This record gives sequence, structure tokens and C-alpha cells, in this order.
Amino acid sequence: MGLVLPLLIFLGVTFLAPLGTMLVRSVYDPVVADALPATLTALREWNGEGLPPEAAYEAAAGEIGAAREARTLGQVASRANRLQSGLRGVFTRTGRDLREVVEGPWRDAMAAIDSAWVDPGTWHAIRAAGERITARHYLNALDMQRLADGSVARQPEERRIYLPLLWRTLLVSLAITVFCLVLGYPIAHLIAHARPRRAGLLLALVLVPFWTSLLVRTTSWIVLLQTQGVVNDLLVAIGLIGDDGRLSMVYNMTGTLVAMTHVLLPFMVLPLYSVMRSIPPLHMRAAASMGATPAQAFRRVYWPQTLPGVGAGSLLVFILAIGYYITPALVGGSSGQLISNMVAYHMQTSLNWGLAAALGALLLVGVLVLYLLYDRLVGVERMSLG
Amino acid sequence: MIAGSNGAEGDGRSQAKHVEFEGVSKSYDGHTLVVDDLNLGIGKGEFVTLLGPSGSGKTTILMMLAGFQPATSGVIRIGGRSVQDLPPRKRGIGMVFQNYALFPHMTVGANLAFPLEVRGIAEERRRERVTRALDLVRLGGLEDRRPGQLSGGQQQRVAIARALVFEPELVLMDEPLGALDRSLREEMQYEIRSIHQRLGVTVVYVTHDQQEAMVMSDRIAVLNGGRIEQIAGAEGLYEEPERAFVARFIGENNRLHGEVLLVEDDLCEVDVGGERIRAFRIAPCGVGDTVTLSIRPERIAIKPQQDLYHNEVDAVVEDMTFLGDHLRVRLAACGRRDVVAKIPNIVGHGAMMVGDPIRIGWTVNDCRALDFEGEEEIA
Ligand SMILES: Nc1ncnc2c1ncn2[C@@H]1O[C@H](COP(=O)(O)OP(=O)(O)O)[C@@H](O)[C@H]1O
Ligand SMILES: [Mg+2]
Repeated sequence: MGLVLPLLIFLGVTFLAPLGTMLVRSVYDPVVADALPATLTALREWNGEGLPPEAAYEAAAGEIGAAREARTLGQVASRANRLQSGLRGVFTRTGRDLREVVEGPWRDAMAAIDSAWVDPGTWHAIRAAGERITARHYLNALDMQRLADGSVARQPEERRIYLPLLWRTLLVSLAITVFCLVLGYPIAHLIAHARPRRAGLLLALVLVPFWTSLLVRTTSWIVLLQTQGVVNDLLVAIGLIGDDGRLSMVYNMTGTLVAMTHVLLPFMVLPLYSVMRSIPPLHMRAAASMGATPAQAFRRVYWPQTLPGVGAGSLLVFILAIGYYITPALVGGSSGQLISNMVAYHMQTSLNWGLAAALGALLLVGVLVLYLLYDRLVGVERMSLG
Repeated sequence: MIAGSNGAEGDGRSQAKHVEFEGVSKSYDGHTLVVDDLNLGIGKGEFVTLLGPSGSGKTTILMMLAGFQPATSGVIRIGGRSVQDLPPRKRGIGMVFQNYALFPHMTVGANLAFPLEVRGIAEERRRERVTRALDLVRLGGLEDRRPGQLSGGQQQRVAIARALVFEPELVLMDEPLGALDRSLREEMQYEIRSIHQRLGVTVVYVTHDQQEAMVMSDRIAVLNGGRIEQIAGAEGLYEEPERAFVARFIGENNRLHGEVLLVEDDLCEVDVGGERIRAFRIAPCGVGDTVTLSIRPERIAIKPQQDLYHNEVDAVVEDMTFLGDHLRVRLAACGRRDVVAKIPNIVGHGAMMVGDPIRIGWTVNDCRALDFEGEEEIA
């Protein structure tokens, strides 16, 4: 017990803690509530129709000034901006210009700085952004929005981003899983039943790419697949396509599919290999001696015994594919982007960590559901990871 | 002595040979022969055992017969027809493997139904035959178990039932009892034997256990290094070994090496450690050749009556072990100290002490001059 304690602490610090933080972040956002407490209190008096009372304007003016002093106004502004675009500028401008105003009425003063302050929508946005515990990241991630009356509705067709992307990610992951299975099954079979020396060599051929940097492998696909790349040159050289008809196979979905299938193939081959190796070759002989054709022997005797490996490999590849980032980012172009690229975008560029966390949490739930489904259908204890 | 106990020709139960190997050789690597010029005929309904140490080519012979390995040269015929181009699934041979090779993902019933299913036999007929086959091996009612839930002996019975369920005329068994413990093995030997007698199928059985071979077989082919040393019934192999290897492999024997002094038709005289021993001349030896004299321990008489025995020598008792029904005596004689005699524990067997000088004797019939394999003894 004492020996595994360091490992448990390590896991806790490096895995569970960030995971927990992420999950919390997806529903908990105190920035606006902390920066504008009095304003939000005053807004509680407001019934949501017309403009809020002067008290709200006064509190807002004071707290926007204070936030500017504390250098938290930018964070507040960006959160308000997510709920109603344009509010970032409104907040920044107001913070700057309010310094010259010394006394009320605050409504007129603020309206003079920006007409947005006499738009009820602005105040709705501030009130919504002020919720500490919020479902809006999840609604956002599912392409839904909360209307002014508090009801939840789907985004208009043209503004749906994440659901189509999630759906695409699912389909692409499924396709990659199928490709990996179709390519990996014969490879694993070959390795599992080859003579020991040849099996070692073949296994090395599968593993060497595995040990090579992911970046190197992905970029070599660019070299191969680009318009002036090796594959196109070859096709032109043998006259299969004309020089003006070069195929675009990278920076699009094709690139993502090809490169990811290659990158994830070992994860399919290894579990399959370990399961196949445990199937005695004698079984196929026994089946043949009983009169089975090779096809019958495969279908009834071999294939069913490899199912734990098929399940393990497919689950592994699917789960890895669904969260894959680097490869689609490098070779996917815009049509080959997956949901993880969107997560990265919100983590690094838009800094909307709450939304990134919600998207991540949705992926996590998806994977867990899949895992439970597999457990129910096949039994996880029968899964063999090699 | 039983009839047909010698020669590669043998005699099956009927005149027509069910299985024939004619000059069959096999090499995996292109230069060492794993099976070397095999000639063997097996009659219909016969139970023939291939007996030999590990690596002597037994499995290879079975695999060639079943069609999983091509013969390098020679002809294999089943029912008079060359099977060279016949794939295993069309040979209609039932096979039992040492490790059972039951399909773990199928129930016992499904395992047994498999050969019927691939033959396109209808469901009800299938169920009926599966039940019959399971009853044959006394496992009725276990259809729904998985092989993993059965004991080793039960699994072996299932494997046998599966090899028989599609009613093949020829059944091959490759060390089917090797993984079982002793008492279970003896029970299964009896059972396989009785199934064979009931069904009248031809069985080619492989084992490295001479006792098993002797219990079960009509005839035994003793293999060594890919060659048949001798084919005979159990009694023939024991009483009339023709090769030193067979004498050594089947039962216990004393092997005395010596030089041939005199040849006289089918008899010869051999100098063993200074004693002149008269023996049956089995190996085609001439004067001056070295031969191995094989004498079974129970055929050595202590303090022999004059005239009854052709050979009599002086010996000294080196060691005695009491084994209940017999006394095992180690003697120094003929220049050796490892001559063993077994004396039955019957009324009046002579009382002896270690160190006693005595006379021992044996007849010419019990002393066979065989080929000389070399001095190195296999313990
Ligand atoms: N598939 C094979 N490839 C190469 N050599 C083999 C193969 N199978 C058996 N051998 C060799 O042939 C010889 C005889 O093997 P085998 O027929 O299995 O003997 P047994 O069954 O009597 O133990 C052994 O030396 C073994 O190493
Ligand atoms: Mg063998």
C-alpha cells in the first residue's frame, strides 16, 4: 500500500486534479459575479422589461471603474461579449470614459458613452454572465441558447457549430476505427502466426513508427500527399492523372483520415496480435479435419475468438481518435478539423475555457457511455490490451 | 507367439488395406529426413499405434496422413486411392489432438455439432447425433457446458466424441492422453479401446508410452529417428525384438555387448567379458562383429538346474531389492556389474545374501543377438 502511494499522489495531481478543475470550470464561473456584485444585486429588483433602475446604473458605474483599477475589466468584458457580441468594446470604452464623470444621473452618463447601455439586451447579458453556477457553456457546446424569457432553444441553423462538428468527429472516428480494423486484422494475423524471427521483424515494423515522433509521422504524410508530393508525382508519372489534375489529399478530410489511420494503427494491431497469439493454430487444423472450408473455419472458429481483441482495439482507436488533436491540426485543413481542434481553439485563442471544458466534458461522457456499452455487451474483463 | 507379429507387411483384419504408406519420406528443411522411407499398411478396423520417443516423427506421419503436411516423396493411399491432392477437409478423417483443440467459445454441444454443421446436416439430425456421440463417451447431458468448465478427462472425451460424431472410418489420435494423470489415463485407455471395438473404425494412435501402446493396440510400429524399427503386436515386440532399440524401448532388458566368435545358421556364440554365450542370431552378424545380447531379467534363472539352460555363468550378488511379488537382484557377471535378474516371489525361491557367489543361467531362446547401437547407455 505504501509503495503505490506515490503513484496515487502522482495520478491525483496530474490527472484527477486537472480533470476535476476542468469539470468545475465548465459549470462554475465567478469572474463577473465577483467583479459586479452590487450591480447584480440591483438587477435583482429589475423585472427584465424596459430598462433597469438607476441604482443598477450607479452600481455598475462604480464597479466598472473599480474593475478597471483592479485590471479585471478585460475578463469581465470578454465574458459579457460571449453573451452579446460587441459588449467587450462597450465595457472598455465605458471604463475609460467614466473616469471623467463624477456624478449622476448615471444612466444618462453611460448612455452618452455608449447607446448599448439603454438596450435591455446588455443588461440581460450582464445578469446571465453574473451567474456563478451556469449551464451556458453546455448549452453553447450543444448549439443551444437561453432566450430572454429563460427558455432553452436550439441555435438557428446557420449558427450551429459544435453539434455538426461533434457529429463529424464521431463519424470520422468511426471510419478510422473501421479502416484500422480492416488494415490491422490481417497484419496482426500475419504477425501472430509467423515464425518467431519473422514475427519479431514484422512487430518491429509496426512498432518503429509507434516510437517515432508523432510530428515527424504526420508531417511525412504532408510530404507524401501534398499536391507536389510523392504520391501525386507518382500518379502523374505513370499517367493515371494529368499534371493539371493533381489530387488534393492533404489539408482536408482525406489527409485527416489517412494520417490518423496510420497513426492509430498500432493501437489496433497490438491488442489483436496478443489475442491471436493465444489462439492455438491447432484449432484451424481441427476445424479443417472436421470438414470445414477455410472460410467456415475462419468465421466460426477464428473470428469469434478474436472478438475480445477486436473490441479492445476498436475501443482504443475510437477513443483516441475522438480526442485527437495534432494530426487533424496539421493535415486537416479546415474541412478536416475535429472537435478537439475546437477545444484547443477555445483554450488558446478565444480563452473561453468554460466552453472548452464543456466540450471536453461532453467527449468524456461520450467515451464513458461507449465504455459502459462495451462492458454490457462484451464484458470489459474479456478485453485484452496485449 | 501371435500370428503376423513381424514384418512391415503385417496383416490387417481384412485383406484390403485401409491406409497405406509406400516409401514415404518427409523433410522440413530439405536435408534431414524426419520420416525416412516409411512403408506401412493398416487394415480396415485395425488399431495401430505409432510408438517412439519424442522427435521420432510420429506427429509428422499423422500430419501427412491427415493432409496438413505434404510428403516429400512416396505415396499415401486411403482406401486404395492416393490422397496427394486431397485437402484435409475432404479426407473425412477424425482427429484427436493432445491438447484437445476444443473451441473454447462454443458449448460442448456446438463443438460436437460443428463437423455436422459444415456438412450441412439438418438441425434435428444434428442434435440426435450429438446426443448419441456424447452418450458414447458417457457425457450425456453436458451439451450446454463450455469446455473450460470441464475436467481434463471430460474435455478429452468431448474431443473423442467430436472426432467420431461425423462417423469417419479413420480416426487419428496424437498422444490424446498425454495431459492426463495416471489413473485417468488408464481408464481412458480402456474406454478408447472399447469404443474402437464397438464402432469398428480404423485407428492410428500415437504415443510415447510403451505401456499405453501395449494395452491398446492390435499392432505397434516402433519408430526411431523417422524409421520403423519393428512392427508387431505387444507380445511380439516384447518376446521377439528384432532391434536393440526395440528391446531397450519395450520393457526392461539386460544388454551385454560382445564379439561374435562363431556363427552357425540362426545361432551364434559371443564372447562377453570372457564368457562364451550362445544366442539367437537375429542381427545379420558375422564372426568378429560386435553385437548386443538382449536378455529379459525375468528369464535369468538363479542356481539353474543342470542341462536345462544353454548358458551358465558365475555371478556375485551385488544388490537385492524386495518388491513384493518379485525380488530384483543386481549381479556382477560376464565382466559387468549391472546384470539384473527378477526372481518371482514363489515358494522355495533361494535365500541369498549380498556378496554370495552363485550360478546363473538362461536359454538360447531368451538370448537374442541384436545390432550394436554403441556403448552409451540410456538410463
Ligand atoms: N513444422 C515443422 N517444421 C520444422 N521441423 C519440424 C516441424 N514439425 C516437426 N519438426 C521436426 O521434425 C522432427 C519430428 O517431429 P515430430 O513429428 O513432431 O515428432 P514426434 O511427434 O514423434 O515427437 C523433430 O525433430 C521436429 O523438430
Ligand atoms: Mg508429437
